[in-house]
Amino acid sequence: MRERLRNPENLERLRQKLQKERDPNKRRITVCAGTGCGAYGCGEIISALKKELKKRKLQQDVEIKVTGCHGFCERGPLLVINPQKLFYQKVQVEDVPEILSETIEKGNVIDRLLYVNPVTGEKIVHEDEVPFYKLQERIIFGSNGSIDPTSIEDYIAIGGYRALAKAFFDMSPEEIIESVKRSGLRGRGGGGFPTGLKWESCRKAPGEPRYVICNADEGDPGAYMDRSLLEGNPHSVLEGMVIGAYAIGSNQGHVFVRKEYPLAVQNLRIALQQAEEYGLLGEGILGTGFDFSVRINRGGGAFVCGESSALMASLEGQPGEPRAKHIHTVISGLYDKPTNLNNVETWANVPLIIDKGDQWYAQLGTEGSKGTKIFSLVGKVNNTGLVEVPMGITLREIVYDIGGGIPGGKKFKAVQTGGPSGGCIPESLLDLPVDFDRLTEVGSMMGSGGMIVMDEGNCMVDVAKYFINFLRDESCGKCTSCREGTQRMYEILDDITEGRGKRGDVELLEELGWVVAEASLCALGGTAPNPVLSTIQYFRDEYEAHIKEKRCPAGVCKALIQYTIDSELCTACGRCRKACPSDAISGAKKVPHKIDQEKCIKCGMCVESCKFDAVKVQ
Amino acid sequence: MKTMIEFTIDGVGVEAEEGSTILPVALENGFEIPHLCYHDEVSPYGACRLCLVEVERGGRRRLTASCTYPVLEGIQVLTDTEKVRKARRMIMELLLARCPDREALQELGSQMEIEKPRFELREEECILCGLCERVCREVVGANAISFFSRGYKKEMGPPFRDPKACIACGACVYVCPVDCIKMEETEEERTIVRWERTLPMKKCKACGQSFAPWFQLEYIKEKVKLPKDFFDVCPDCRG
Ligand SMILES: Cc1cc2nc3c(=O)[nH]c(=O)nc-3n(C[C@H](O)[C@H](O)[C@H](O)COP(=O)(O)O)c2cc1C
Ligand code: SF4
Ligand code: SF4
Ligand code: SF4
Ligand code: SF4
Ligand code: SF4
Ligand code: FES
Ligand code: FES
Repeated sequence: MRERLRNPENLERLRQKLQKERDPNKRRITVCAGTGCGAYGCGEIISALKKELKKRKLQQDVEIKVTGCHGFCERGPLLVINPQKLFYQKVQVEDVPEILSETIEKGNVIDRLLYVNPVTGEKIVHEDEVPFYKLQERIIFGSNGSIDPTSIEDYIAIGGYRALAKAFFDMSPEEIIESVKRSGLRGRGGGGFPTGLKWESCRKAPGEPRYVICNADEGDPGAYMDRSLLEGNPHSVLEGMVIGAYAIGSNQGHVFVRKEYPLAVQNLRIALQQAEEYGLLGEGILGTGFDFSVRINRGGGAFVCGESSALMASLEGQPGEPRAKHIHTVISGLYDKPTNLNNVETWANVPLIIDKGDQWYAQLGTEGSKGTKIFSLVGKVNNTGLVEVPMGITLREIVYDIGGGIPGGKKFKAVQTGGPSGGCIPESLLDLPVDFDRLTEVGSMMGSGGMIVMDEGNCMVDVAKYFINFLRDESCGKCTSCREGTQRMYEILDDITEGRGKRGDVELLEELGWVVAEASLCALGGTAPNPVLSTIQYFRDEYEAHIKEKRCPAGVCKALIQYTIDSELCTACGRCRKACPSDAISGAKKVPHKIDQEKCIKCGMCVESCKFDAVKVQ
Repeated sequence: MKTMIEFTIDGVGVEAEEGSTILPVALENGFEIPHLCYHDEVSPYGACRLCLVEVERGGRRRLTASCTYPVLEGIQVLTDTEKVRKARRMIMELLLARCPDREALQELGSQMEIEKPRFELREEECILCGLCERVCREVVGANAISFFSRGYKKEMGPPFRDPKACIACGACVYVCPVDCIKMEETEEERTIVRWERTLPMKKCKACGQSFAPWFQLEYIKEKVKLPKDFFDVCPDCRG
């Protein structure tokens, strides 16, 4: 039974009680049950752990804490054993009995389950020593690893809803807005608009009612930080929304979640209900006269529905198509009423700013971008996952220190930031401090926080084609420039990668890119040319090689490459001959093998199968 | 009385009612701005992007569609800058490459001195301006057609390719800027070719001439609550 909290004192008393109940020295096994670890089978591990504990009559002494994503999903399923903070990765169901008998009962570390630093080969025992975590600044995402997202008590015990009480009882709405302005918080949904300013315009806009919305559409296929926040710590987002609603003067909130996120919806629904039971949401919050309720709306799934005007149109039940918004949505948004839209991560920053103070917050980051940002680090890098870093950290630190560098001794080529319509940043700019303005200056953007590392094996023309292909599919098709422009850019890129490139193609791409960016209605068209223009800017030689020499330097574009066998290196082992699906390789014992170009379908199997590096790609 | 807004177009001072957008005001004042998806009778949509102008506001200058940009006090509108010409030309090239045989487009193209688009030609007829849909929804009230799919696969037509809500009034035929909705009429029936809709014509009880699709008259009678026998005779015979 949850009793309604009628004032801040009630909340503090509850917090103290909850903290007393939670002994930090208690033996606890934390299991990540985020979507990543879930896919690796953490569900079975949790049941096995429970069964084993019962068998050993340890259920009273050892607690199992099921949490949201810790960020290092690639190594999942993850287990952290407290109080020692032992870090076990890639745990299998079969490991469970041993974990209990060796680690829990005898206190021994199981070597096999430790993380090995791929760069140094060193085995790492404790969670906070893992290089992937060490350089992060996890002010938003850190709590994910210690709380059960379905328990509001866990959240309250770590200080949850303290900011709300402070905002309601020690600050006026104007003071909250001033504080958010001073903190320098900018929107994490991509545009980087100053959050405090947005709130202020919405508060001052004429018209009732006002709406606040949380954008959890997260349409970028590679990004999942918003999902992980909602799944792993829904109350932090909710608390931010309640504070924002109070500051803006809104009684109705919406969370727009994409429909592919059932766990996020489920955990959010539980959070809403629990917060209402405690009177932290709903009517007369914390005994005040302020009411605020939140509805969950499920998005249709199209990428463009995350755009503010398209999102509001779909909330109204209309086609999710962007509209011209020269009158800003803070003045005329949902149902033509003042509407404040912020991203999930933006909302999650708010309680911190209020609780710890805007001065504390503004120390983190750069001149123009404060706080941290969560990135989804993927691609050709040793450690992949969600990383939360202070603004201003360099790309090099993210790729090499946190990401552990490029696997297989390959050479770094570029990092693509900002989601599908971000740009590719070359090696010469690796020391770039990561913030909103620096990324835009070099032809990329912060966007959704996607970060894809590419090595010498990536063809930059092919990369540009890949992203444009996504964008031409996701364009809503309303404006000529975006619809026809992205399609034509795709056709030209396709020609170039297929060996049909002509002189003038690069210039035409540049001209077209300019028009698509300048003439389109919404930011999808406005940013769509980024992947093309940035690769032309930094990797023009690769375009030229494809067009003039009909050659793909990275050996990716099938129409432009040839597989041959170096007879000096070939030991005539015959492996490639067996692997070839097309019977294109001939040779006999002790006779160097040969590839028949007529028969070769360029599948690359021979390269994979040769142990002597004898198959060459040209 | 509506508030009047003052601003300039190509350096010339103009006045307009609050709430209108730049394009109609510019046209009324004799400025030439090419446009395809705008029509006075329906709400602006901003799809063709041909009506681009540069607008300077608060020291910032940007390219924008004039049909959807509201008139605001003190803005400076520039209809014929280098940027505007360059962008419109590319938009025209894209439209011509999509629909090479539309006369209206060919004419606009030749005004911009485009000989041949630099892209592979396709054989579409519709430029997806959305005027037919808006007129059908906002003016006629029939809601018979809509956009479906997105991106380069976007199309305009009756939902599920079933034109059952179309009353064959012909309003869309009239507004289509590239003339791709054809209407065919005989004594007995009228066909809206593009939507594959054929409806029988109503004959006048007095003079025997057919004067409108039967379905359309039923629809109007319903909408404005006219007497049952209102359309038994044609407007001419009704006098
Ligand atoms: C094509 C497109 C997709 C977008 N998708 C998202 C999204 O999935 N989530 C999001 O928060 N913002 C998205 N945005 C940005 C939103 O339009 C809006 O700027 C943002 O939600 C505002 O919140 P913020 O100020 O907290 O960043 C998208 C924008 C565009 C143009
Ligand atoms: S820019 Fe693209 S996505 Fe945005 S409204 Fe235009 S066509 Fe739709
Ligand atoms: S690339 Fe594939 S088809 Fe060609 S030779 Fe090698 S294995 Fe055979
Ligand atoms: S696998 Fe390598 S070494 Fe063996 S036959 Fe083929 S090319 Fe020669
Ligand atoms: S003819 Fe049919 S589709 Fe066209 S406007 Fe009339 S009702 Fe709508
Ligand atoms: S049919 Fe004509 S009016 Fe309708 S969208 Fe196509 S071009 Fe526009
Ligand atoms: S889901 Fe377990 S670490 Fe991300
Ligand atoms: S007339 Fe303005 S965009 Fe078409």
